[in-house]
Amino acid sequence: MGISSYLQFLISGVTMGSIYGLTALGFTIIFNTTGIINFAQGEFVMLGGILSVFFLKWFDIGLFPSILLAVLATTIIGGVIERFAIRPVKGASVINLIIVTIGVSIFVRGLTMIFLGKDTFSLPHFSGNLPLTFAGVAVMPQSIWILAITLVLLAILRLFFTRTIYGKGMLACSYNRKASSLVGIGVDRMVLFSFLISSLVGAIGGVILTPVTLTSYDVGIMLGLKGFSACIIGGLGNPFGAAAGGVLLGILESLCAGVISSAYKDAFAFFVLLVLLFVKPSGLFGQAKIERV
Amino acid sequence: MLVVKNIDVYYGKINAVRRASLHVSEGEIVALIGGNGAGKTTMLNTISGLIRAFGGSILYDGQDITKQPPDRIVQMGISHVPEGRLVFKPMSTEDNLLLGSFSRYSLGKRREIENDREQVYSIFPILKERRRQPAGTLSGGEQQMLAIGRALMAKPKLLLLDEPSMGLAPFIIKEIFRHILELRNRFGLTVLLVEQNARNALRIADSGYVLETGRVVLQGQAEDLLANRDVQRAYLGRDLDTEMDVQ
Repeated sequence: MGISSYLQFLISGVTMGSIYGLTALGFTIIFNTTGIINFAQGEFVMLGGILSVFFLKWFDIGLFPSILLAVLATTIIGGVIERFAIRPVKGASVINLIIVTIGVSIFVRGLTMIFLGKDTFSLPHFSGNLPLTFAGVAVMPQSIWILAITLVLLAILRLFFTRTIYGKGMLACSYNRKASSLVGIGVDRMVLFSFLISSLVGAIGGVILTPVTLTSYDVGIMLGLKGFSACIIGGLGNPFGAAAGGVLLGILESLCAGVISSAYKDAFAFFVLLVLLFVKPSGLFGQAKIERV
Repeated sequence: MLVVKNIDVYYGKINAVRRASLHVSEGEIVALIGGNGAGKTTMLNTISGLIRAFGGSILYDGQDITKQPPDRIVQMGISHVPEGRLVFKPMSTEDNLLLGSFSRYSLGKRREIENDREQVYSIFPILKERRRQPAGTLSGGEQQMLAIGRALMAKPKLLLLDEPSMGLAPFIIKEIFRHILELRNRFGLTVLLVEQNARNALRIADSGYVLETGRVVLQGQAEDLLANRDVQRAYLGRDLDTEMDVQ
């Protein structure tokens, strides 16, 4: 195999990895404010894609307005989930809340299946599907879209968490809830906010991915699990480590598919996860807790 | 300024505070003393809205705040420095202080908040030296100063202090108590101070309350409580720290 095929694997790995990264980012945002792993994160990705398809079909308003509408709708659904499934049981232990999110994901998947069907749907590429060729490597324009949108989203979130008081307030909730209340941070509002941002990020991931991989009611399961692996690889609680973990996972997966066999692609992702958990449980970019008491 | 009337607080079935009342006038330092599990922290948590009273009422500046949420109470001018300091450990000192101003933050106020932070630095100069350091790497005394500074960033009129001397070396305790006095004398803050270190607390306080198993069993002027035989026997013990004259 020549160097160009490796480059090709790299490109498709980065494309897929961006989506894993965005999903992982969604996991860490909710984890950071609430301490729970939201297993409905994959459903946000699924909803973003599948709603775009249906809004395009139903309303006939063009691709980008449909996408915008789908992202908005998914964000609202994220908020509704927090308000009606998470907040009423907020005093419960973390493990119970995690089980609630699993229930929510099954519920969302079920409703989608009933109302939108079990078929596989596709979304048009954003700007044509003629591959561009660089040095013998074919790059789909959609891959460039995915990379660009992912980078822009990461930059915006980075600014939000490091430069704005609301972003810092959300982080503060994860460090110490009681102290956050005492400085006047409405913790409930912050948790709602984190669900909104996570579902927004997830939906955008779903939208930009769907032209490449198609979508159906159950794509959220695998995407959610891969995203979860990515954020464990990157270090739970570190949003940008998680995004990097996603890209790394995508590249490894695509190399495995290309060099060994695509049959083992999914298994390989979880194999990497297991190895990492044995070797460095805090994640590649996570740091072991060191503090003075 | 603050009137707590007959509050009852339960944890499940445990009656942690029983029909307790207290009164804090503007410009006063009021000490709330008592042993472990007497309900001191519970009282403060109820005032700042972290837990709900089952019965009774809490009035602040004539307004009933019994059912207000914590963020609203901070906005009204009551800041609570919690037991164990609870600084945001992974965040820098500077960010901890910034978050202290969360309840009154708006983009238009950035300059003003910047100035307030400088004022906190002038009270606690060590915090300025540590401003880029994660709060978790600060010493216990520094963390206590940061926790107080963070509370000051909300521009409170009433400061609730929960065990500020806990786990600190005697000479640092002395410094912290000196700062508390300074906050009242120079900045006109009203302070409700919860302490196990009863002697030091009563020395800087104007009046005091003694809490025992959730009930207020004694109240009075601080010097009277210091002279009271029962208080001496139960809470003051031998005067080991005469050398720590904080006044």
